[in-house]
Formats: sequence, C-alpha cells, structure tokens
Amino acid sequence: MRADRGQRAAYARLLKKHTPAVPVIRNALMAFLIGGSICAVAQIFMNFFTRHGLTPERAGAMTSVTVVFIGAALTALGLYDEIVRVAGMGGSLPISGFSNSVVSPAMEFRREGWVLGVGARMFGVAGPVVTFGLLASMLVGAVYLLFRIPLPK
Amino acid sequence: MHDADAAIAAPPPMPATAPPMERRRGRTILFQDAWITGAASVAGPTEGRGPLRDRFDEVAEDHLLGQKSWESAESELLRRAFAHLCEQMGLGHGDFDLLLAGDLLNQTVATAFAARDVDVPFCGLYNACATFAEAMGLAAALCDGGYCRRVAVATSSHHDAAERQYRFPTEFGNQRPPSAQWTATGAGAVAIEAAAGQRAWARIAAFTPGRVMDYGIQDPFNMGAAMAPAAADTLAAHVADLGLHPGDYGAVYTGDLARVGVPVCEDMLRARGTDLCLRDCGVELYDPRHQDVHAGGSGAACCALVCTARILPDLRAGAYHRALLCSTGALHSTTTYQQGESIPAVAHAVTFEAANRG
Repeated sequence: MRADRGQRAAYARLLKKHTPAVPVIRNALMAFLIGGSICAVAQIFMNFFTRHGLTPERAGAMTSVTVVFIGAALTALGLYDEIVRVAGMGGSLPISGFSNSVVSPAMEFRREGWVLGVGARMFGVAGPVVTFGLLASMLVGAVYLLFRIPLPK
Repeated sequence: MHDADAAIAAPPPMPATAPPMERRRGRTILFQDAWITGAASVAGPTEGRGPLRDRFDEVAEDHLLGQKSWESAESELLRRAFAHLCEQMGLGHGDFDLLLAGDLLNQTVATAFAARDVDVPFCGLYNACATFAEAMGLAAALCDGGYCRRVAVATSSHHDAAERQYRFPTEFGNQRPPSAQWTATGAGAVAIEAAAGQRAWARIAAFTPGRVMDYGIQDPFNMGAAMAPAAADTLAAHVADLGLHPGDYGAVYTGDLARVGVPVCEDMLRARGTDLCLRDCGVELYDPRHQDVHAGGSGAACCALVCTARILPDLRAGAYHRALLCSTGALHSTTTYQQGESIPAVAHAVTFEAANRG
C-alpha cells in the first residue's frame, strides 16, 4: 500500500515528534576541536619542513604527504573511523579524511582480489572528488583561456 | 486461568459432521498443530556484551570466526546456530524435512552457502529483517498442514557484511545520526514441528502476514520511521482479526523498530483504537548506557536472537502465557536508495502460546 500525499504529510508530522534531533552544537564543537587539532598538527609539520630549508611550495606538499600518511596509518589501525564517529566533518574534511576514504575501501575490497577488488573499488567513495575536481579544474582552465587571464606566478 | 485466553487457544467443540477447523480469520492464519521444540542462538561479540549475554548458546570470539571474509563469517554463524539446535534436541540433519532461512546479503548468500553444510532441503527467503517471522509462519503452515514433520527456521546478519553492502567500507569514517540503528551480528535457529507432545516449548497459534507499506521515507538512517507503518498495519489487522485485547498478551514485541519506530508505531495504533505497549528486539538486544548503538539494533538476526534467547525461553519458563513477535523489514537496496526511491517495508506477526497451560 502506498500512502497518498495527505497520509505522508500527516506521517511526517508524527515523525517530527519522535525523531531525535541531531546534536548540532555538540557536533560542531567536536568538529572544531578535533578538526582544528588535525590542522594544528599539520601546521607543526609545515613549520618543521620550512625550518629545514624547504621552499613554501615543497613544505606544503610534504605536509600534505605527511597528513595523508597519518590518515592512512590510523585507518589501517582501525582508529580513524572511531575519530570521525566523534569528530564528524572535523575528521572527514582534512586531507587525512580523504586518505581514509581511499584506504578504507582498499582494505575492505582486498577480499575481492587486487584487480577487481582493490584496484577497481579503491575510489568507490572518493571517486566523485576526483571526477568533479578534475572537471572543475578544466572549467577554470577554460575560463582562463577564454578571457585570456594570465596565469598566477 | 484467564477468560481471554480462550479467545484463540481452545478450538470449538467438534460435532459429528464437523465443519473444517477454523484456519483463517481475516488476514490471520490459525494453527492447531505447530509447535516450537528447540531454539538456539549464536551472537557476535558486541551482542555478547549486551543484556542477553548469558542467554546465548554461543558468543563468537570475533567478527571473522576464523573465516576469510565477513560473508563467510556470517555463514559460519548460521552453521553454528543450526549445530547448537541439533545438539540441544539430540537430532541429526536428517531429522529435519526442510530448512527455511534467509539473511540480508545480496542473493542471500550467507544462508545459501551455509546450507551446503546443512544436509536438509533448503528454501531461501528474503523479507529483510522480517524474514524470521515470515519463515516461522510458513514453517508452521507446513507442519500444521501435515506436509512436514519438522522444519528448521533460521536467519542471520553480520554488522560488517551489511555495512559493506548497504553503506560504506567498515573502516570508513562516518558519523551516524541518533536515529540510525546497528545491524546485529548473529544467527538464531528454531525447530518447528507437528505432534510435538511433551517436547514443545511453545505453540505457534497464529500468523498474520503483512502488506508492504510505503509512507515515502527515504532516509536509510531512520529505518524505524520506514517500518513503523507496516508494523502498525499488521498489528492492527492481527488484533482486529482475533478480537483480542492488549491485556491478552504477556509481551508484544516488534522486530527492530527501535527507539524512534516504537513510539511512532504506538501512536499510529492508538489512532486506530488499539493501545499496545510495545517491547522491541532492537531495543532489548543492546545496553544503551554502554553500547553506542544509537536508536537500537536491526538486522535479520536481531529478532532471531531476542526470540531464541529471551521470548521463547521466557514462554517456556512460564513468564507469560501468550507472546507476539512482529518482525519488521525494510525492503530497499543500495540501488533503489541511490535512485532516490523511498523505502517500502513489511511486517509479519507470529503468536506464541505456552505449551503447558494452567
């Protein structure tokens, strides 16, 4: 039986009474604290690399590599999902979260083999980031070309 | 003795040229000769730390059970549950005429692959988390109708196997809303037979099969909301068909409506003039103070574990005379969800009565 529009609307009102609200304030606070801590750790590495003579560009790249590695290691140890459970976007948004989104399917689908499992399904979660990130870059490049905007140094 | 007990327990006296025994009232099927004679459960480690920890036949050591994948581990849960059932009853595989079983995985592979090692003819079933009650109702009909002497009924689910299929890889970081539920890891098996005599734990008195209900819920993180209308529809039909009152039941259980779905269902029933106080398998399987399962448990094993570890043993021990289990199932898939479809649901109700009365 499919409920008609009136029944669905009445049901939605009933649900509102009983569905617990998402604890937005607490989630936002934890995202700030834990996400901020991840970024603070990244800054420590950034300072370290700069102090040891890397150019700002190279230091930035090495910092990303380091944070990706930390995310991958914590995923492999089974800890990263526990962090995100509490931190929410504070754990998902930094590049360590991206790392988690690639390493976790690689771990999961190893049982389907290296080619069809790990290889094919590794980007199952992060795929949209890659696809639409590339697409956005192409569009930005097209705009630069069309309007003959000089590239930044 | 309660007068209300007579409503479905005692068949009317038989005149010389007897009309057939009453087999149906409305949507509800009535049985005269279908009995539970055994129940066994194997739970996962999380369930084994919950309130029912001392009532399971076995608590698995980890989520892999010595297997290479979550899917194989789920098959192993089912194999062990059936082995416990046979051991408990002192029977072999050949003593069962049929195995009715199901799980949540695509193509019900957990039960199909486990059935390779169960030397009993196998009929797989799928109604998501409502499969257990569905299977018990069908098994009771086969026994009561004289087609089978003894049928094994089993369902299983595995948290990681379900997450991997329905949602995300198990190590992926994801924050779930408070209405989300936790797929139970475990398997429950019961034996249903005719002419059970002294061996009966309980009688299966009635089976009310459910209609598929769709109230437009699209959120897979709020299954209780998707399934509550189906449970309300089936429970309302059951009560109307049998003319019973809420007080006629020692316990009315829903399968896995959990903390969001239960009050919603109770409200819907109240609007139809039925005041039922619902217990829920998803709520009773875990301890919310120490186990972060949000709204409660779900999964095909959820009501199987609570039914075999709590409801049936309690009935057998005389805690109450009559109990109802209304298993609830959400009939969506990852494909339908991604295509923006809503989640239809179904709920089936089975009535148990204590075997020895008075």
